[in-house]
Amino acid sequence: MAWIVQNLWLVPALPILAGGVIAVTKQRHRAVAASLAIGSMAISFLLALCAFAHVLLHGTEAKEVFNFPWLQFGTEWLKLGWILDPLTAVMIVMVTFVGLLIFIFSVGYMSDDKNFTRFFCFLALFAGAMLGVVIANSLLLLFMCWELVGLTSYLLIGFWFDKPSAAAAAKKAFIVTRIGDLGFFLGIAWLYFETHTLLFYDGGAGCLEHSALTTLVTHATIYGLTASTGIGLLIFCGAAGKSGQVPLHVWLPDAMEGPTPVSALIHAATMVAAGVFLIARIYPLMSANIASLPPLTPTVALQVVTWIGAITALFGALVAVAQYDIKRILAYSTVSQLGYMMMGLGVGGPSVGMFHLITHAFFKALLFLGAGSVIHGCSGEQDIRHMGGIRKFMPITFAAYTCGMLALCGFPLFAGFWSKDEILHSAFAWSISSIPFYMGAFGALLTAFYMTRQMCYVFIGTYRGHAHASHDQEAHSHHAHGHDPHESPLVMTAPLAILAVFAVLLGFLGTPAWPWFQSFLEGEHATFSFAGFAAANTVQLMLASSLIVFLGLFVGWSIYGRKPIESATAPDALAVAQPFAMSTLAHAFYIDALYGATILRLNAWFAILSDVADRFVWGGFVKAFSFFILGLAWLDNFFDKYVVNAGFDAGCDTVSLSGRSLSLLQRGRVQGYLRTIGVALIVIVILLLWGAKA
Amino acid sequence: MSQLNAYLLVSALLFSIGLAGALLRRNAILVLIGIELMLNAANLNFIAFWRYGPNPAALTGIMFTIFSITVAAAEAAVGLGIILAVYRHTKSTDISQMNTLKG
Amino acid sequence: MFLVFLILAALTILGTAAAMGLRKPIHCILALTVGLVGLAMLYLLLGAQFVGFTQILVYVGAVAILAVFAIMMTQGGKMNLEPHPEKPSSSTLLAGGAVAGAVFAVIAWAILSNSPSGTTTPAQPSVTVVEIGQALMHKYVLPLEIMALLLTAALIGAVILAMPKEQEKS
Repeated sequence: MAWIVQNLWLVPALPILAGGVIAVTKQRHRAVAASLAIGSMAISFLLALCAFAHVLLHGTEAKEVFNFPWLQFGTEWLKLGWILDPLTAVMIVMVTFVGLLIFIFSVGYMSDDKNFTRFFCFLALFAGAMLGVVIANSLLLLFMCWELVGLTSYLLIGFWFDKPSAAAAAKKAFIVTRIGDLGFFLGIAWLYFETHTLLFYDGGAGCLEHSALTTLVTHATIYGLTASTGIGLLIFCGAAGKSGQVPLHVWLPDAMEGPTPVSALIHAATMVAAGVFLIARIYPLMSANIASLPPLTPTVALQVVTWIGAITALFGALVAVAQYDIKRILAYSTVSQLGYMMMGLGVGGPSVGMFHLITHAFFKALLFLGAGSVIHGCSGEQDIRHMGGIRKFMPITFAAYTCGMLALCGFPLFAGFWSKDEILHSAFAWSISSIPFYMGAFGALLTAFYMTRQMCYVFIGTYRGHAHASHDQEAHSHHAHGHDPHESPLVMTAPLAILAVFAVLLGFLGTPAWPWFQSFLEGEHATFSFAGFAAANTVQLMLASSLIVFLGLFVGWSIYGRKPIESATAPDALAVAQPFAMSTLAHAFYIDALYGATILRLNAWFAILSDVADRFVWGGFVKAFSFFILGLAWLDNFFDKYVVNAGFDAGCDTVSLSGRSLSLLQRGRVQGYLRTIGVALIVIVILLLWGAKA
Repeated sequence: MSQLNAYLLVSALLFSIGLAGALLRRNAILVLIGIELMLNAANLNFIAFWRYGPNPAALTGIMFTIFSITVAAAEAAVGLGIILAVYRHTKSTDISQMNTLKG
Repeated sequence: MFLVFLILAALTILGTAAAMGLRKPIHCILALTVGLVGLAMLYLLLGAQFVGFTQILVYVGAVAILAVFAIMMTQGGKMNLEPHPEKPSSSTLLAGGAVAGAVFAVIAWAILSNSPSGTTTPAQPSVTVVEIGQALMHKYVLPLEIMALLLTAALIGAVILAMPKEQEKS
């Protein structure tokens, strides 16, 4: 087995080890913490490149796994392991590279924070856990790292825990993803029950391999659904929670309470992508079909994934239109793009979804880091109404941000164009229905629109932030009242520049002319030929999506860009035109309020009930029991005092009484004693004589 | 009645007389004398058995008697010394008066 | 021989009975002396000459004299009757007498019921002082030494007990 496959565990282990060491480092050793984290990520990145190169050279072979037995119960063994296949290779390269850039960015961004070391500890732990999710060959190991990812996400969202909104957001994130994880766990249990293995690939015995899949497909459950569909749907619950699909999306916008590098790393590039990655990983399970149906017919599981993805894509885009916080716009944009990825997985398979995931990771990280740079430059201001004209003050940020924005919108030739187009192409060709395609197309229009709106508010026009004092939104110690925004230091702008390059160029790895990325994932070789453009409807769809993008940009420009926005308090043009629609969108269709009124209220009642039960029922039991024990103690005391002691005293009295009585035998008269001896002598002699005689 | 029996009877009588004296007399010295008489009776018993016993050449009777006499003499000396000490304390030799060691 | 024995036995018995029965202690001792001499003669009759003479030497010569001295010292010159004018109560008399009588009866019964088998009287053994001395030095040397120790202890003890403690009175 190749060296890199055997030692693939180093890739997640190094960041986790770094995190562990940083955890015991004192807060003032900032340089140590930062260099440990960045160093471990750099080494992991190099190892990831080695793995990528290995797969590149040997890609046509079977997926390489390394399994080992872990836990024995009874006669069965739970096995864990890791896998190196094209999917793993691209993911670890992406995660380590983007992570490395974000770590470097954080050095500058968090330089004023007094909890610098703790931040890097959590970041390193998160990176290690995410890489663990990626390389896991066992659903159990994946789940364990999945939970670790959730934990570190909680720690990072609630990094500024003394802010109540941040603490609440962290709790919300954890609980909502936990709800999804419940379904995930049920899926794992059911899968183990059916196939008795949780390894994906195990030389034929894994649960994603042929024999296990046939077992799952032939087991019909309720409503004629196969076991594979049922398990797939349950596991999708977990993915939906982590990836913010409707209805479990509510935690993502609130998660913006965390520092911006966290938002960039976790809630744009990696953690939320974990859900998409999971579905890509278990795709054979999701797409396993009954033998009677023609091949490539979408299964019920995949249909559900597609619909939910489409709904999420549209939903996110709609809500992003009405937001005023720079990061919230990006958060809802992320929700929308995740919907696209899921839709892509559902209609086109792992290669389509994963391509968009990879490109999205780069340009969304870029956008978040850019937003962080803007916030840093504006001394903590996050409301776009109090920004404006940043283009003049922060040109590098503006340039990078523009690249990212165009990539996100799907502007022709940028990265997002190629990946989103793949998704729309597959959606158009979907055999079940073409509604997802129209939803996706409308979502693309909205994406272009709201991003233009954001750009106009932030970068164009005049700076509106002078009159407004900066709140402690990001706990920066800048005391800049009336300060003009300034460009960020090199440690922050360099990663921006690097990511911008990728945002522009990465798409060229997956054009129809040269679908290298898709072929790589499927283990084939791609050839460069313009004949790819001749495939059905490809050119028409490319033109159509380009038109959509231009239309969205134009509408956005005409509403927000032509007339620069005057003051911070001026109402949004769209809000004036359609107040009801905008307020509904601003409140995200009141879903949060709905949850609050129903589930949360129920939960609160249940908590009160539990408290009462605990205090009066269990507490009552305990009190009764303690009274019982006290009674026993009293009884024991009584017994001891009046029975044992008295008995003992009586015994002693008897002994002294008998002693006194016996002493009366001593009269003091010697002759009496002698008389007694004489009598005794007589008696003894008589006895002896009689005995001798007899 | 053999000769031996005669001597033994004499010895028994002597013993009883000594015992009676020890039990009945109130003077401490006379009680001591009674005890001496009992010892003498035992001595006579020994000599009689030595004379009429199976192995007179072993001298056992004689030896025992000699030692018995020695011991009796020592005991008489010490006993009389005790009586004198008690007399000095209580100014009386009446043993019925000496009953302070009672319960 | 038997007659001699009877006379001597009677002498002994009477003497000792008198010793236990007379009222004045000094008379008791004198009677005791007679009884002890009679006993010594019985020893001589039995052929234990050494023991007989030792009896006279020790008992008559030492013990009886000692008793006389003791009586003299405890009566303080007053030739009274018994220190206490009251006689012993009749119940005490009866009890003591009964015990003594019962003892004699039991022993006499033991003696008379176990008659020795041989009626032949063994020959008179002759024992010389040399033999006694040799026995004392060879076979019985350990008891001899122990006797010496005993006598020493008795000597010292008697002296200490009888020593007047006039120093404390001042």
